[in-house]
Amino acid sequence: MAGLAASFGSGAMTNSINEISDAACIFAIGTNTTANHPIIGRQVTRAVQKGAKLIVVDPRRIPLCRMADIWLRLRPGTDMALLNGIMRVIIEENLMDTSFIEERCEDYDAFEASIMENDLATAENITGVPAQDIVRAARMFGSYIPATILYTLGITEHSHGTDNVRALANLTLLTGNIGIPSAGVNPLRGQNNVQGACDMGALPNVYTGYQKVENEKVRRKFEKAWNCKLSPSNGLTLTEMFESAREGKIKALYLKGEDPVVTDADTTFIEKAISHLELFVVQDIFLTETARLADVVLPAASFAEKDGTFTNTERRVQRVRKAIEPKGNSRPDWMIICDIAKSMGAKGFDFGSPQEVFEEMRCLTPSYGGITYERIEKSGLQWPCPDHEHPGTRYLYGERFNTPSGRAKFASIAYRPPAETTSHEYPFILITRRCAFHYHAVMTHKAEGFDELRSEEHVEIHPVDAATLEIRDGEVIKVTSRRGSIKAKTKITEIVPAGVVCMTFNFAETRTNILTSRALDPITKTPEFKVCAVKIEKEESAYLMKDRMRWGTGKS
Amino acid sequence: MSDVTLNINGITVRADEGATILTAAQDAGIYIPTLCHCPDVSSIGVCRLCLVRIENRRRLEPACRTVAEEGMVVVTDDPEIERLRRVILELILSDHDFNCLLCAKSGQCRLQELVNRIGFNEHRFNRLEHMAKDLPVDTSNPFFDFNPNKCVQCAICVRTCHEIVGNDAIDMSYRSYDLRVSTFANKPLKDSVCVSCGECMERCPVGALVPKKAEYPTREVKTTCSYCGVGCGLYLGVRGNTIVRARGDDESPVNKGNLCVRGRFGYNFVNSPDRLSLPLMRAYDDFTQPSSVVEVTEEGRPVTLPLVKREGKFVEITWDQAIKYVASSLAHYKGDEIAAISSARCTNEENYLFQKFTRSVLKTNNIDHCARL
Repeated sequence: MAGLAASFGSGAMTNSINEISDAACIFAIGTNTTANHPIIGRQVTRAVQKGAKLIVVDPRRIPLCRMADIWLRLRPGTDMALLNGIMRVIIEENLMDTSFIEERCEDYDAFEASIMENDLATAENITGVPAQDIVRAARMFGSYIPATILYTLGITEHSHGTDNVRALANLTLLTGNIGIPSAGVNPLRGQNNVQGACDMGALPNVYTGYQKVENEKVRRKFEKAWNCKLSPSNGLTLTEMFESAREGKIKALYLKGEDPVVTDADTTFIEKAISHLELFVVQDIFLTETARLADVVLPAASFAEKDGTFTNTERRVQRVRKAIEPKGNSRPDWMIICDIAKSMGAKGFDFGSPQEVFEEMRCLTPSYGGITYERIEKSGLQWPCPDHEHPGTRYLYGERFNTPSGRAKFASIAYRPPAETTSHEYPFILITRRCAFHYHAVMTHKAEGFDELRSEEHVEIHPVDAATLEIRDGEVIKVTSRRGSIKAKTKITEIVPAGVVCMTFNFAETRTNILTSRALDPITKTPEFKVCAVKIEKEESAYLMKDRMRWGTGKS
Repeated sequence: MSDVTLNINGITVRADEGATILTAAQDAGIYIPTLCHCPDVSSIGVCRLCLVRIENRRRLEPACRTVAEEGMVVVTDDPEIERLRRVILELILSDHDFNCLLCAKSGQCRLQELVNRIGFNEHRFNRLEHMAKDLPVDTSNPFFDFNPNKCVQCAICVRTCHEIVGNDAIDMSYRSYDLRVSTFANKPLKDSVCVSCGECMERCPVGALVPKKAEYPTREVKTTCSYCGVGCGLYLGVRGNTIVRARGDDESPVNKGNLCVRGRFGYNFVNSPDRLSLPLMRAYDDFTQPSSVVEVTEEGRPVTLPLVKREGKFVEITWDQAIKYVASSLAHYKGDEIAAISSARCTNEENYLFQKFTRSVLKTNNIDHCARL
């Protein structure tokens, strides 16, 4: 998000979901759309059926590749080099939108110079994608308007994630594919309300609607509204919090609705950090792996048991309605927070309903100013929606960008390799992903049926690698990174390229994130989930033991 | 969009240009029977039940595949069409399972409706050789079953999987009497590339694709799905205090009635017995007045035992105790000693309140959530 904010002025999907099916060209990079955002995957399907061109960039052979006109199988973590290669071709072949660049962008000359520094041969060497394929992709992307870019964590979960995003922004600006329907840069957000949580200011540097904590005028406004003094300095990011806890600086942590022990990178470290806390309060609907480490666990109500709003990936604020009474004695999170605040003697937490909370928030947040429960009763509204007459915004930057000058900024960035590289000892690259049948680590496992579809972890490994290591399909192997090791069954498949193995983090029993690296993006502090060097070893003894137990006893 | 005017059964009907006779008739309130038509997918005209007579055309045309033209004169039922439809229906019924009472689709089955509307000649029907299909029912999918014996080969499921889902898990296979819907190499659905989204099941006009758990809700609540960031519009079907069904909201601009496997079948985590009920607390904490404390097992289920304080185990406490405890403990720490992690799973209101609480009460900007992960 920080990448898009630097280029355009704010970080969110530029277009609406149902605009995707009208795009003339779709560039899907680092997104297994059909598995993780199935409904958007169907929009892509529809677009292709209507004749749109589809370029897929992914090291894995994901289902989208089947429909793709061009599939670029790059080495994990080399997206930047590939994008710079594509942009070089676009510039060389004069496929860019010169008038758009002149009228609406700045810093172009430096950008062009930086792109011209590396030739296609370098890009081919780094990415492993043949130069002629890069040229084909560039020509295709450069010659269709509207063209839209879809990306998810395959782009951002790198130690250079912000650079990747800025490169995608460059690509859109270069071809003038923004500010019109069906053209833009579209990060597809993972969680139901990750957009909303950001919009609501659950971030260390901004209040609601991305109003900066460090801006004195903004701070005064919130101090006045909340009737208290507020800290003028930015807080710690999630990844920094755990480091700070490990050092003993953070002593108390209040966590709600997350499971970092399973889903964060390098979970051994996270656990260690948590053990240093003096007070750890967890608020969740299940006793998650993280909640097991808590001092106090507060049972929260699920989405079906409370009223409120979610903001989806296309910035649409939609109603969530209470369908049933909270199970057991659980309570909605908003009530719990208010009760704790009131018990601490705080004023300003006497809310009777989520609607009252929304009203207070709306008055402090310009981009949500015109959104009310009444207006979103039937279907949601897309922010920015500053006043009651405003119809909401389908696509962003039609007139101007949200930068001080109103122009979008080109970024000159060079390729940086992933923080962790393979070595003689750790020869494989591990990519983490989510599988189509599960959602993170808890919810789908608690819903009947999903474990029948997929009940355990598989390590995807290429047949050539499997043959070299003499691994059979389904054999239990040991995967070891510089941080830890786990055991899991293999699945021999050509979905992954040779030299790369792939695992999900959907199973609490197989905690893939023990392996992943905490190398952070310098700006967003996002860990590099997508590239980590591992070694694979046979688990001969364990496998034989299991066999013997099954066949050897003569019973059962 | 320009209109065309045509005449159906003597009634003047206006239709959008490019509309089929079937849609033109349906919009004008004229009934034309059809089995294989589904408005969400393209028409293939295989059931032949919508055959209509068009003036100056030599043969009967399927209404679902024929585009309405200016000045067309259409007759949707005359004795010959009626007779043809009856024969077609009899042939479809000849190998269909008649045990309607035990069929989950009973009452909502398009075939039942057609029998009522069109009727059939019992004498002629009884002379047909009723070759009962005896194909195995595919129960491999955890959410829905496929019974090929009830299938009418309308291929709505095949078109749905191809056109809407883009997955192509199923197609028509074999020939003539053996024609059937199958996965690649006729494997069970679970072992195919099927993503279990259930879109085919939603559109199946008969009882061939039915949900495993078919409980009818007593009321429905319009809400938003809580899985991914797409934010699909959803109706949760409620019976008692339990969610028994989820279906897509056709009016939602986001998903237009579509859902994926998680949205359609994943609501059950709400009903899970593992849900936390009362606040839990580590027993080693120095905590007095445990009035209604029960011990809980590692799985989080309460065991009805009197309180035994044991090192490191969770005990259940009341809400009042929990709130008081959390409030008083948090008050011990100042500003930068505290951090809060909010949730991308919770509502906007809760995120707003949580950051307000962290900033105004805990006096720190140490608030974040998993957006960067």
